[in-house]
Amino acid sequence: MAIDTKKCVGCSDCVVACQTENNVPHGYCRDWIVENVSGTYPVVEMEFRSERCNHCDNAPCVRCCPTGASHIAEGGIVLVTHDECIGCGACIESCPYDARYPHPDGYVDKCTFCIHRVEKGQNPACVDVCPTHCLHFGDLEDPNSDVSLAMKDRKWRVLAPEAGTKPQLYFLM
Amino acid sequence: MKEEIFASGRHIPHIDPYLNIWHWPIALYLFLGGLAAGILFFAGYFVVKGKEKEMPATVKWAPIIAPIALVIGLLALFYDLHHKLYFWQLYTTIRFTSPMSWGAWTLMAITPLSFVWVASYMKEMFPGWDWKLKILDRFEAWVIENRVPFAWIMMVLSIILGVYTGILLSAFNARPLWNTSILGPLFLTSGLSTGLAAILWISKNEHERKTISRIDLVLILVELFFIVHLFMGFLAGTAVKNEAAALFLGGEFTVTFWVFVVILGLVFPATLEAMELRGFHVPAWLPPLLILFGGLVFRFVMVDAGQITRFLY
Repeated sequence: MAIDTKKCVGCSDCVVACQTENNVPHGYCRDWIVENVSGTYPVVEMEFRSERCNHCDNAPCVRCCPTGASHIAEGGIVLVTHDECIGCGACIESCPYDARYPHPDGYVDKCTFCIHRVEKGQNPACVDVCPTHCLHFGDLEDPNSDVSLAMKDRKWRVLAPEAGTKPQLYFLM
Repeated sequence: MKEEIFASGRHIPHIDPYLNIWHWPIALYLFLGGLAAGILFFAGYFVVKGKEKEMPATVKWAPIIAPIALVIGLLALFYDLHHKLYFWQLYTTIRFTSPMSWGAWTLMAITPLSFVWVASYMKEMFPGWDWKLKILDRFEAWVIENRVPFAWIMMVLSIILGVYTGILLSAFNARPLWNTSILGPLFLTSGLSTGLAAILWISKNEHERKTISRIDLVLILVELFFIVHLFMGFLAGTAVKNEAAALFLGGEFTVTFWVFVVILGLVFPATLEAMELRGFHVPAWLPPLLILFGGLVFRFVMVDAGQITRFLY
């Protein structure tokens, strides 16, 4: 997924759409907005980032999971099989993005890129609801996918690349 | 200025503002696991060396603590699981990349072994002990006959257990304080030292006490060296490592760590043990109590502080 930080206005629509689409329990969220302000008046810069699980290529949560509940599904989406999760918290400790949380029902929960929608050829709920169209989803290996086209002529960065997880959320700058 | 906030609001239980997913049960387990590893290692070691008779507390009496510690530790781990009814999923697979997986299997092996070890000495410790069942008598005879191979297996498993208590934490690169390879050896050394402290507390035999004290002194020195090494590594490391070290060098864990773990838990009891070896009279319970207390505080500090250290926000 690519997030256009120049277009994001921090409205939190993606957060609400996710909570509604995925029945996220009250007080929890699978995605969130970070507001970054830097500089000194009058030279001040503000950046909004819609963040969620980075669906890392080298996912530490998958590596640390003692039961195999955390796994990488075909296509690269990192998922948790609820019936295999013992709720030990190892994956939560291992995530440099703090993208996971213990669901009140016991298992560990996180962003699934709305895999139930993606399987039907639809976008994740956050992508479809975004009023500024700042979220771009798709297959990075397909040069004509929405995400590939969005990244084509833009500078981008990922969060905490030094953690070595090969994150798959690209922030366009 | 540079400011970063959650504009959408985010206050997930156990995650924000600081990660707090692992609580006292994990710290307690890390302590008890290390303690049991220490006790079982030396019980095995002195049997292999053929010094069973000279070291009665090490070989027979102290190991009674091990199965108790392991069971309490396992209960603590179970209590900490959020999806408790699915705990058996741990034992449907072995995942070599997950320290927790092979740690769970190690516990599955060493816990019954510690029971068997204690059981094989029951008749020696409590004359008149009767197993009631013939098959248990035969099993006991078989264990006693094969005590040395049992001791070897126990030594290997206890080293794995001791190292595992550290590697469990060091495998998380997301937590800079934990993500250092010295943590495995450090937790192992600390575990062995707390095991020796428990033995020292129990032992009434002058020769045994002296032997155990000497080994413990060496281990405490090694542990202090590892701690210095740990901080040297942090201070020579990246920004997140520097921040991790800062928690202990002026930050909120400074007093707890240096006073309760390093001075009261290592330096002071080591000094007392050294004085005792030189012939000074020291209350027998004091150095072991301090070492055990220091070891327990050390686990709590590491578990709590590690979860504060992070890459982002």
